[in-house]
Amino acid sequence: MEITVEAIVFLVFSAITLGGALQVVLTRNLFHAALYLMLSLFGVAGLFVLLTAPFLAGAQVVIYIGAITILIIFAIMLTPQVTRVLKVHHTQWPVALALAALLFVGLVWTQTPLADELGADGWSADFTVEDPADVPADSLTDLGKSLVDPERYMLPFEAASLLLMAALIGAVLLVNRPDDNPDAEAAPAAGARPDQSG
Amino acid sequence: MTDTLVDIGLSHDLAVLIAKLVGVFVVATCGLLWTLFGIWLERKVSGRLQDRLGPNRVGPFGLFQTLADTIKILLKEDLVPDGADRWLFNLAPVLSTFSVLLLWVVIPFSAGWIGTDLSIGVLYLLAAGSLGMVATLMAGWGSNNKYALLGAFRAVAQLISYEVPMVLAMLVPVLMTGSMSLQAIVEGQYIAYGLAIPLTVFIFLASSLAEIGRAPFDLLEAESELVAGFHIEYSGMKFGLFYVAEFLHAFTVGVLATVLFLGGWRIPFVSAQDTPALLGFGSLLIKSLLVYLVIMWVRTTLPRVRIDQILEFNWKFLVPLSLANLLVVALLWKIVPDTDQIASVNDALLPTLVLLTANILLIVVTSLILRERGRRERAHIAALYGPVDGAADAAPAGVGD
Amino acid sequence: MLSDYVPIAALLILSVVMSFIILFMSRLFGPYRPTARKLAPYESGMQPYGQAMRRIPVKFYRVAVLFILFDIEVIFFLPWAVIFRDLGVYGLVVMGVFFFVLTAGFVYEWKVGGLEWD
Repeated sequence: MEITVEAIVFLVFSAITLGGALQVVLTRNLFHAALYLMLSLFGVAGLFVLLTAPFLAGAQVVIYIGAITILIIFAIMLTPQVTRVLKVHHTQWPVALALAALLFVGLVWTQTPLADELGADGWSADFTVEDPADVPADSLTDLGKSLVDPERYMLPFEAASLLLMAALIGAVLLVNRPDDNPDAEAAPAAGARPDQSG
Repeated sequence: MTDTLVDIGLSHDLAVLIAKLVGVFVVATCGLLWTLFGIWLERKVSGRLQDRLGPNRVGPFGLFQTLADTIKILLKEDLVPDGADRWLFNLAPVLSTFSVLLLWVVIPFSAGWIGTDLSIGVLYLLAAGSLGMVATLMAGWGSNNKYALLGAFRAVAQLISYEVPMVLAMLVPVLMTGSMSLQAIVEGQYIAYGLAIPLTVFIFLASSLAEIGRAPFDLLEAESELVAGFHIEYSGMKFGLFYVAEFLHAFTVGVLATVLFLGGWRIPFVSAQDTPALLGFGSLLIKSLLVYLVIMWVRTTLPRVRIDQILEFNWKFLVPLSLANLLVVALLWKIVPDTDQIASVNDALLPTLVLLTANILLIVVTSLILRERGRRERAHIAALYGPVDGAADAAPAGVGD
Repeated sequence: MLSDYVPIAALLILSVVMSFIILFMSRLFGPYRPTARKLAPYESGMQPYGQAMRRIPVKFYRVAVLFILFDIEVIFFLPWAVIFRDLGVYGLVVMGVFFFVLTAGFVYEWKVGGLEWD
């Protein structure tokens, strides 16, 4: 295999993704783990750029780094664990290792040409297409169209809105304790309320 | 420049590469040098707005004040507080600066003067903005200081909240142009979008002011509560980098507002093809400085608001307003015929007038709703504490709560 | 095209290098005489007490959830906004349904007081 610019960029971003992911697991500091997660997701965004999917790359950075990891950080800052470095007390790592290894072998078997090369036909994806078609220059337009096309992704798209609404309502119910609804609060003199503008 | 390099005997790809690298170097250097002048300008203008003199000692009109400050800040002791997370503490100012510099890659300075005209330009701006948020969190966490941590979390809560109306406002020019590329948005403005959609400009500027943490939304560095917010423990040049990032970000907002709403480098009544590159750049600079003047004006005039007021202003006013605004513009843009074939000032006239009328209607309706709500709020307070107007002294403590 | 991203990569590297040079210059020219007092976290002149890493109120989390909802909504809006002029009434209706489901969630949160900060 000749070494192209694409190959080098691919290796760099893969290293960022995998290295970040590894550190998420290995670091004992929850906040650092969240930051390494950002790094790992940033690597994925780079891979999207390499696949000429700039919109996905941008969405990856905006949603995953700019929103979901921020949410994770806000969530871990709620926990008592945030103030101390965790001790190592896991005992189930052999099980986890076995599961991870199984998943890895399964992915390699079904998603790479390995099974075909070994002669076990029908397991892996079709790799007979040597040179897949180029991504169209206006992939963005295509993405927008497919989201509202009833024969393509319209239903998942609308389902996503319901899912998001459910998540929102769930969060509100979790966070708002039943005893602090606004009616119950209005009864005592509001001026006596301690200022809690955090 | 590419042609010259090709003439020397370089291959075309290499020539393009070198030209782009030189361009990037020039932009980054000019950006940082511009801050030297811009910070002086800002101090001078805010001084004048507040009836002060502003810097006037170093050099003519105090022009070299920033240079003197830079030297002073370089000679300051560079401390890392005890128990700080050294890596995060040192990385945060760097990340903060380059998250702002990254924005300049996609800004069209003039016809053809653009780092890279990404097809996802607007989305790229958002992505680069997210990195600045991470820098704030890193600084707050890494400082080992309670004020810094609280300041950082307040700042991030504010940043993420105001990102919503900001993006909804940025969507409007995208919708009108049918492209996310910033160069396409500039070229599509036969009549500056700002004239058709003044409400969107207001939403964009208000939410951007919060994004850059400027007064009246500068409570992340509220001296009276948090001392200096997330960069309290920073000294020397690390503080300097935060300062540069903040200034540069504020100016970049001026440039972005110009690009998205005021026609960017286009000169009114001159077609995009006939605009000489240098004049276009001058046009962009003048418009951006005018927007920046408004930002300074707001900063020096309005007092700081509280965190609960900031977040409620966003979620209960700006977000519903920007959603309604987006809906109205989208519907009208669909109803008015031939909005996808605008190729001259005349074509743009009818849609502009229609949108302007709708905007004025929207503003009137919003004001009526606000007046009604204000009336109810005052009645509510009066019921709790007695009449407010003219009896401020008699009201019990806590009214200002 | 990968070449579109060359300026971004270049600026990334350049600004990191420049920032580190600036930080290094600070170390080079500035004095460095730390004392225990100087290195203590600043707490308005009081003796610092307890840990700085503290838990934060849950309301920050609520804001973040609300933000994610709108962030994803806006990301879906973007490709739609680019092509919405070419779509028929159908495209508008599909986006309208998406929009109103999310707005319903927002209105619900407003009504139950989820937008109050205190």
